[in-house]
Amino acid sequence: MDSPSPAKHVFFSPARVWAIATNTLLELFRLKVFYFLLIFALLLIGSSAFMIEFNFQEQFQLLKDVSLGSMSIFTWLLSVLATAMLIPKDIEDRTLYTILAKPVPRFEYLIGKLLGILLLLLISTIVMSVIFVLALYGRQQYVLAETMRGSVGMTPDQIQENLREVRNATFTWSLIPGIIMIYIKAALCASLTLFISTFASSSIFTIMVSVAIYFIGHLQGIARDYWLGSATTGALPRVFLALVALIFPDFQLFNLVDDIVAGNSISLILFAKTAALGGLYTFIYLLVSYFVFASKEL
Amino acid sequence: MPSLPPRPLRQRTWFRFAQVAAVLLIFGAVRLPIEVRLNNEYREAFFHGAKLNLSLRQQIGQLGFLAALGGFRALVADGLWIQAHIDWTRTEWGKMLFLFNNVTALQPRNLMFWEMSAWHMAYNASAYALDDTSQPRLALRLKHQHEYFLVGKGILERGIENNPDHYNLYEALGNILRDKLQDHLGASIQFAKASKFPDSPTYEERFSAYELSYTPGREREAYDELLRLYKEGDKERLPTLCSRLNYLQETLNIPQSQRIKIPESMLPRPHPGQTPATSPTTTQPATIPTGPSPTP
Repeated sequence: MDSPSPAKHVFFSPARVWAIATNTLLELFRLKVFYFLLIFALLLIGSSAFMIEFNFQEQFQLLKDVSLGSMSIFTWLLSVLATAMLIPKDIEDRTLYTILAKPVPRFEYLIGKLLGILLLLLISTIVMSVIFVLALYGRQQYVLAETMRGSVGMTPDQIQENLREVRNATFTWSLIPGIIMIYIKAALCASLTLFISTFASSSIFTIMVSVAIYFIGHLQGIARDYWLGSATTGALPRVFLALVALIFPDFQLFNLVDDIVAGNSISLILFAKTAALGGLYTFIYLLVSYFVFASKEL
Repeated sequence: MPSLPPRPLRQRTWFRFAQVAAVLLIFGAVRLPIEVRLNNEYREAFFHGAKLNLSLRQQIGQLGFLAALGGFRALVADGLWIQAHIDWTRTEWGKMLFLFNNVTALQPRNLMFWEMSAWHMAYNASAYALDDTSQPRLALRLKHQHEYFLVGKGILERGIENNPDHYNLYEALGNILRDKLQDHLGASIQFAKASKFPDSPTYEERFSAYELSYTPGREREAYDELLRLYKEGDKERLPTLCSRLNYLQETLNIPQSQRIKIPESMLPRPHPGQTPATSPTTTQPATIPTGPSPTP
């Protein structure tokens, strides 16, 4: 009797990557990382109640800034903290050896891990966006009711104009690209943290370096401007500025949300270019992670 | 004892780091022109080509620098704005101005911050200065009041430099020039600029013409403009417009045959005991307006 022929091993299997990604996500679910969403919701409700003293433009402005700023902070923290512990935890639990003992290439393992984190960030961003829209809607309804109460004696045209002004100050579709950009920035941070964790000696080291790079990344644009401009003389400062400009990512490019909340819309082409750059960054950091991880002694 | 065979090149630590550094540097060199171009496009889109100059960076100071470090400009600006609101309830105008300068430097493209900062200074702080009981001399109180008008004006002028593409700040500046500084020509120019924007309210053109009608030596221009607006139809034939047109017809001695016959019903009805105003007022209004929004 013929024995069954072994299944042919494929070089890259999306199914294997998906299995690692879903397991990573499940693992993070079990760590109760979503409790931060409760803090986010409480923050919005708290700030919403505090804003009653302001006029409606200020209320909406502050609510949007607080919500989107908190989304930005939470997604960044989540991306750094969750990614920093992935590989060390797998080593500690010996899960890594079990996975790599099977015919799973190391790049599949890394892609799966990153995909798990990206799914976690996606779910978090969507949930936070829903909470944000609900808070904004609730505030809008409150302000509309107040406006109606205060419009006694006005003509229907004036009332409609006032209501239109309130609606225009609340939710605009231009906020969507801003939220997507928050997600892309968090994805970039996750990929960068994964890269650091491939050579880091501990999770603390990974977190510290990631946070430092995050802050340096927000100044990269200034370093680049000074390097490319003629303001800086001297070889040593120029080399230093060049290294900062070439090695660190420009996080400032992904901070579109401040300007969007201020009422400036972003063109689709500009948004697409920035999103593509974010995707490229994520890919490159994943690639260099593989370079380090491929020959890492485990 | 036999020595271990040398590790292959690709497994050596220095080689791995050289490989990573090379990829990062090559990627950096590739993305550099892309980032420069994107940055320029953003400046074009959000700042209309105006770069944040050094003086602005100096103004932002340590606080703004820290905010920029974290990428949380908006949150820091909001925190300062809330602080300014608290200081408003304590009537600490100097501290408010300091905070307003920081807020507007952090968020130069946010119109609300410019508009509200200018309103607080030109309307609230100025009214407080006039009623300041700690200063017994009226001349000094008036001087302080006038200084606050100018502070409000200055804020809006800086706001316009940063946001030349929105009508709101031109209108707010027109309001201050009209209501506080009695600069009718200046106000007319600002309202005219505001009216050029496609999304501006229709009253901007009327406001511009009204203010021109109060400007000595520009009556003819004002008359032509008001006449043009009048001829546009019923939606423009508002009591103030009819009143100013009527006044200019008299002032310019327009021949009877060319005059517009404005029915009495279309002229503003004076309050009991008040005569209709035909010339610009020269006294300062000492009352505090309720908000920065104009009434058409």
